[in-house]
Amino acid sequence: MLSRVANCLYWMSRYIERAENTARLVDTNLQLLLDFRNLNEQRLAEHWLPIVQATGDEEAFFKLHPKATAAAVTEFLVFQPENSNSLVQSICQARENARMVRDQITFELWEELNRLYLFVRSPRARDLWRSSPSEFFQEIKASSLHMIGITYATLLRNEGWYFLQAGKFIERADKTSRILDVRYQTLPEKGMPTNISQAEALEWSAILRSCSALDSYKALYGADVTPKSVAEFLLINADFSRSILFSANLLDQSLRRISGVPEGRFTNDAERLAGRLVSELRFSTIEEVFDQGLHNYLDVLQQKLNDIGNALFQTYIFQSFSSLEEEILVQQEEQQQQ
Amino acid sequence: MLKRYAPETFFDEMYTAAGEVRPHYRRIEQCLTGMTPEEFDRKREAVDLAFLRQGITFNVYGDSQGTERIFPFDLVPRIIPQKEWEQVERGLVQRITALNLFLHDLYHEQRIIKDGVIPPYYVLSGKHFRREFVNFNVPKDIYIHVCGSDLIRGADGKYMVLEDNARCPSGVSYVLENRRAMKRTFPGLFEQVGVQPVDHYPQELLKMLQYIAPAGVADPTVVLLTPGAYNSAYFEHTYLARQMGIEIVEGRDLLVRDSRVFMRTTKGLQPVHVIYRRIDDDFIDPTVFRRDSMLGVPGLVNAYRSGNVSLANSIGTGIADDKVIYYFVPKMIKYYLDQDPLIDNVPTYLANEESDRKYILDNLDQLVVKAANESGGYGMLMGPQASKEEIAVFRKKVEEDPRNYIAQPMISLSRHPTHVADGNFEGRHVDLRPFILYGEKIVIVPGGLTRVALRKGSLVVNSSQGGGSKDTWVLYGDD
Repeated sequence: MLSRVANCLYWMSRYIERAENTARLVDTNLQLLLDFRNLNEQRLAEHWLPIVQATGDEEAFFKLHPKATAAAVTEFLVFQPENSNSLVQSICQARENARMVRDQITFELWEELNRLYLFVRSPRARDLWRSSPSEFFQEIKASSLHMIGITYATLLRNEGWYFLQAGKFIERADKTSRILDVRYQTLPEKGMPTNISQAEALEWSAILRSCSALDSYKALYGADVTPKSVAEFLLINADFSRSILFSANLLDQSLRRISGVPEGRFTNDAERLAGRLVSELRFSTIEEVFDQGLHNYLDVLQQKLNDIGNALFQTYIFQSFSSLEEEILVQQEEQQQQ
Repeated sequence: MLKRYAPETFFDEMYTAAGEVRPHYRRIEQCLTGMTPEEFDRKREAVDLAFLRQGITFNVYGDSQGTERIFPFDLVPRIIPQKEWEQVERGLVQRITALNLFLHDLYHEQRIIKDGVIPPYYVLSGKHFRREFVNFNVPKDIYIHVCGSDLIRGADGKYMVLEDNARCPSGVSYVLENRRAMKRTFPGLFEQVGVQPVDHYPQELLKMLQYIAPAGVADPTVVLLTPGAYNSAYFEHTYLARQMGIEIVEGRDLLVRDSRVFMRTTKGLQPVHVIYRRIDDDFIDPTVFRRDSMLGVPGLVNAYRSGNVSLANSIGTGIADDKVIYYFVPKMIKYYLDQDPLIDNVPTYLANEESDRKYILDNLDQLVVKAANESGGYGMLMGPQASKEEIAVFRKKVEEDPRNYIAQPMISLSRHPTHVADGNFEGRHVDLRPFILYGEKIVIVPGGLTRVALRKGSLVVNSSQGGGSKDTWVLYGDD
């Protein structure tokens, strides 16, 4: 597989996943606010600012908007053309990457992605967003799920497939960690949180809903929502398909399928780092995580995911075939001695 | 529908001058008259939406929004009876055979120049004549592997060649997609009418590309080299690559080592043997042609000259579609094949010839003047429709650089009933671009791309100038 093609597939997959996560995050928080009364400007800013911070684009946000109002934050996360991670821009970039590798993906997948792209760029999208945000997000989420289904149903399980999977799960692990981190300011810096208020419980439920996790969570933990069990579920549950451990595990498997190396071994940095991350998560308890502080833990985790992404790029995409020494060697060999 | 249609004074593909439907159009006429304008509109909208969704679009240059448009598609098919097509086919085979013999000769013995059939000046001053390739033997001695010759019909309905596209002709993906759209839209009609298929084009193309592989390579790796996702024909490149099951590569995906071409893959370097290149000679190798090219592959020409990689089309074929050389094609056919051309050229005047130039300058308002090496409907003067200023501009151009201009009488291209609005049909001018593949044998898929000038009265069919397309049906019989 061409390195450029692998890169495009990886990023296409990442951007689709990113768009879906943004849709869920914004949708859930808009709905959450409906549950609160007496919301003043201060209270709203406290609510929306952490969401911008969670995306890691705080600096870019304040370049464009003076204050973290609901309108500014949602515009920034959903439509803002200057924010390359906004929902609409993510879809545009997913589609741009898909366009470069049209020959590598199936017609069905391309058609659905292109349909979504045409939708978010149409005036209809803005209208729907104004009249009914949740319908707008439903459109995005349904399309993303549709694409996941198409991918499973129509794509060959070849090398390209594993690059798609790697992209999807590295993005998912990253996004779940960021969503989980949204309410860190209400937590003690280190140690287990004690009792939480009813409003805070609603916010932690919103975190679950932002990860499509509420139903699965309740099946496992019952109706009681606490930071400890939410963090445990989203971080180290091995069976929930949006948990960080689950995602990291599939990322690790995909990487090993690309090179064909068996479990427990590695042939490059990406595999080494991914394998190590999975082991760490697998053999951690939630108490240990809170001992370090959830926010600190997630911060380090995000850095580790970045490192895996960079290592993957170095290994498969940016191969410096013509290093200077190699070039000199070839040219030395080519000289004729008469 | 079609009740109020008037063929007027033009040659109409569907109706005779007396207003009788031609026998090979009878069934489609029945189908259209049996349909309400609303039904027709529904079908039309469904097709347009499908094209947009599938991304069957071309990029509009100079548009910062990155707008993509669909190539407008007209639902009324252009129909050619079998006998008529067989004649066209014979004419095209004759023509590409002569063009290939010409290119071989030009890059070797140059007999045609020495025998005084073509003045040397015209070849040597040709913008696309690559003297670097004189005495180079191209694989299997084929130069033009894919050719798109534009055919038109004048007032008497006789086919003529308007120009040859011997470098990177595009449009074949529309032939295939138009057919798919028509099959979805009028499924019953195909059975009744009996239409020859076109779907085998990608297989034939791949077969040809494999045929020209370097000697001794049993299982050649074929790739398609594209300028990239922002090229107007990018959809076609990915489409063909997917249909053939080959990699589509950009210049930066390839590199040359030891005069061999490799592509960068996730498993390291993989050898490449045949390149179907859709970028111009000028950009293909910055170490040989344009130094500023970012699209090409340094060292590619060296690999090609060493016989380690084959290119389709070969380098230097552009001289054969220079519009001045076009003038000499009938003479080539006579010279190499000792035959009369089966399809004529459009009468052409060369601005570089004293007497022709005088005639051109005296009649600028009657003639179509064309630059010798432009395509896509650019660099052209339509005399009868031009303003005084435009004519003055071209007068100056012709006087300053006569080598690069030719003139032709204004041909009133044949017209074809085309949907205009609300279930109404009017005649619009059409041409035909068949795609000719030259491999082990010469293969032409029946029909080709019918382009239609959608603007009333317009004679320019290019997509960049308001043109659209139609599906082209070659029948199994004659009615």
